[in-house]
Amino acid sequence: MQSALTQFSFNRQDFNLILPQLELTLFGLGILLIDFFVEARVKYLNAVLAVMGTLFSGYTLWMLRAHLQIQAEVDPQRPDLLGFHDTLLVDSFFLYFAAIFLAATALVVLLSVRYLEIEDEHHGEYYALILFACVGMMFMASGIDLVVLFLGLETMALSFYALTGFLRRDKRSNEAALKYVLLGAFSSGILAYGFSLLYGMSGSTNIGQIGQMLGRRAMISQMGGLTDWFTIVAFVTVAAGLFFKIAAVPFHQWAPDVYEGAPTPVTAYVSVASKTASFALLLRLFIAVFGATHHSWMYIVAGVAVASLTWGNFAAITQTNVKRLLAYSSIAHVGFILLGLVGGNNTGFQGIAYYLFVYVFMTIGAFAVVIVLRRKGLIGDELEDLNGLYQRSPAAALLLLIFMLSLAGIPPTAGFMGKYYILQSLIETHHPVLAVLAALYIVPALYYYFRIVVHAWMKQPGDAPLPEISAAQTVALTVTVFVSLAAGVYPEPFAQLARYAFAIGR
Amino acid sequence: MLSVNHYLFLSLALFTIGVIGVLTRRNVIVILMSIELILNAVNINLVAFSRLFGDVAGQVFAIFIVTDAAAEAAVGLGIIIAFFRNRETVLADEMDLLKW
Repeated sequence: MQSALTQFSFNRQDFNLILPQLELTLFGLGILLIDFFVEARVKYLNAVLAVMGTLFSGYTLWMLRAHLQIQAEVDPQRPDLLGFHDTLLVDSFFLYFAAIFLAATALVVLLSVRYLEIEDEHHGEYYALILFACVGMMFMASGIDLVVLFLGLETMALSFYALTGFLRRDKRSNEAALKYVLLGAFSSGILAYGFSLLYGMSGSTNIGQIGQMLGRRAMISQMGGLTDWFTIVAFVTVAAGLFFKIAAVPFHQWAPDVYEGAPTPVTAYVSVASKTASFALLLRLFIAVFGATHHSWMYIVAGVAVASLTWGNFAAITQTNVKRLLAYSSIAHVGFILLGLVGGNNTGFQGIAYYLFVYVFMTIGAFAVVIVLRRKGLIGDELEDLNGLYQRSPAAALLLLIFMLSLAGIPPTAGFMGKYYILQSLIETHHPVLAVLAALYIVPALYYYFRIVVHAWMKQPGDAPLPEISAAQTVALTVTVFVSLAAGVYPEPFAQLARYAFAIGR
Repeated sequence: MLSVNHYLFLSLALFTIGVIGVLTRRNVIVILMSIELILNAVNINLVAFSRLFGDVAGQVFAIFIVTDAAAEAAVGLGIIIAFFRNRETVLADEMDLLKW
């Protein structure tokens, strides 16, 4: 009994590894408590607390980085910090993605305050749920055990279901939340079934050990790769569950509806943070578990990527709602990012990390412009609502132009460099056809992004009022536009960060 | 004597019924129940493998999945109630404000 107890106890060092997540949780609970005592007039205090939470957590993350450097000097063979009986791993990959999640969380909170005041739904739970979603995402990036990964995913997903339906008097928000919860829970179930099969094959929930076992299976089987049906079913269910979460074709149907119906700051959060976190989970699993069989699933991923690019780009052309249009364009972006996984060399992984980083900032920026247009009695997410934005607010129109150029991937903006690294990886790994195809899809993308720009710059303004930009929104817009331009004009420091994420050249 | 294969086939059957239910039913509450079936299939798998290996990790995972299923049902039913208050329906094909 005594030995069993010591075996399952954790030491204090372990808790240092989840300190960023713990702090966010505490701030979230604090918001829930304080919300009782805050008057309706000063509800923005909740948002201040949420931003402080992300700052504290970010600072702790910075301290963890110092820890990691010391560990790398002490033992260069094992430069990572393991904890909680090898279920949690703090490495450069986690630090990179956690920093992205925190940045996205802070930006979304800054954009939310004005929006919720207009909607008249300014409750503390909103900010608490946003922080809890971020906690889930950080566990998705740091877990190396199926249980931790699954629970992280569900913490994030459950928070998002509630956030999507947060405008409970709005029928569109209700419907989006219902569709999201049904399809999200369905995909989680499929993913969990895949996890149970992985456990069945290896007798372990540790993804490193599962990967070794699958590698051995691949060696034994004559054809080399996914030849026994057990492995195939496990791969297909895990991949289907994950493709649902990142909204890749043919599992993308929920994305446009959820994006359109959700409150716009939540749309921004779902489209960037949930997608980035699911990619972090997908990369961990595909590299650690299915890494040995890359050549056999490469073509499946390539097929999904090309299908996403095709469907996303062509469906976006006919959209008249900006949020729906951005949903289809995000499906196309997912296709592009998956192509980096098809390449699967260091350039490809660096490209994925870089692309996700800039995608977060430019997409939040694009949604921020839509949020700024939201007024009482005017939703502001139809293309017509953008008409004559240049006359009404030249600054907002200019920002919109920069974000659209970046999303389309035109130099000298950040989006171009992301696409460049992934195309380079495809050429290095001898997939010239895929590279040409991916490059050609920039043409339809240019068309629909410029439809938005044309509405903002060329059309005559209606009688819509001038957009008012609050101080918090100014900060968010400044940060996003700075990154969207800086990462394109001078990409080297950002590329270094991306290399650091996958510990390339360390 | 029951072998692990029997449990695997049972769980596969449950999983298939669940997936068919999600894809064909109109009532969102039945869809939610079908999702619970899928999660139960997962639990049977985990516990069967756990017994096969004599390893406790699978059972721990199963307990967490039960917890997750409860949380999911709570959030899902909450959203269904909010939806029903505004629209007075729980049929999936009447969710047509947003293009499906």
